[in-house]
Amino acid sequence: MNEHEPNNIENDRLKKLLQQALPPIKDELDPDHDLWPAMLRRMDEKPATTPWFDWALLAGLIGLAAFFPTAIPVFLYYL
Amino acid sequence: MNIAEGDGRMPNEASDVLNAFRHGDMDAFETLFRQHRRAVYGWILRIVRDAATADELTVETFWRIYRAHARFEPSRGFAGWARRIATHAALDWMKSRRVERELTTEFFAEPASAVAADEAVSAEIRRKTAMAFGRLPPKLRIAAVLAVIEEQPHKDVADALGISIAAVKLRVFRALRILRKDLEQQGIRP
Repeated sequence: MNEHEPNNIENDRLKKLLQQALPPIKDELDPDHDLWPAMLRRMDEKPATTPWFDWALLAGLIGLAAFFPTAIPVFLYYL
Repeated sequence: MNIAEGDGRMPNEASDVLNAFRHGDMDAFETLFRQHRRAVYGWILRIVRDAATADELTVETFWRIYRAHARFEPSRGFAGWARRIATHAALDWMKSRRVERELTTEFFAEPASAVAADEAVSAEIRRKTAMAFGRLPPKLRIAAVLAVIEEQPHKDVADALGISIAAVKLRVFRALRILRKDLEQQGIRP
């Protein structure tokens, strides 16, 4: 095994380089506008509805399980 | 800046506000939103490094907080809980898209922050480093950005990610190893 393992000094150099490439954000930060209206809009959004074919698929699976219970392990295997 | 003070509790938070929020009270939620939005926004911005995205994820975080109000335990404090939800919202965002472009165009172009760019390190090397960092897996990148770049205490990072301190150190170690290898392949030996 001749792969070079970095020592602490090399790691420190890499960390320093990283901080120069992506300077840390030290200042106190604040959104530049009030986010509460956006929050209210988000809360007013209707939740996504489930497409009808998802319900049809679910009904089909329940029917399959009810009429052919032996198919359940096969179905679970392929999940 | 820390969202959580000390053990994660905010002593000035009235317990009745927290209890009211737990029962879904909208006024209490707005109070908590206004008290904590700055801290949540700042934490997210440190991760995603893009103001517009931080706006969006702050709203997403508080939306998740509101939906989870019944699971909130007032005795454990709001700030630490909010930070953990914010961290996971940011992580989900990182997983859902590549942030390499944002890292390079938004923040590399204007490094007007606390650490002044070292003249000895060329702009090209900094650009390649930022791009290599953007290629890290999200779980490693989020640990590295908080622990290495932002120099947050490992305990805070661990709490925010919901993992152990040892796991944070391991993720940082793996992130640096992958980053070093990536840079070396580009002829850069940090």
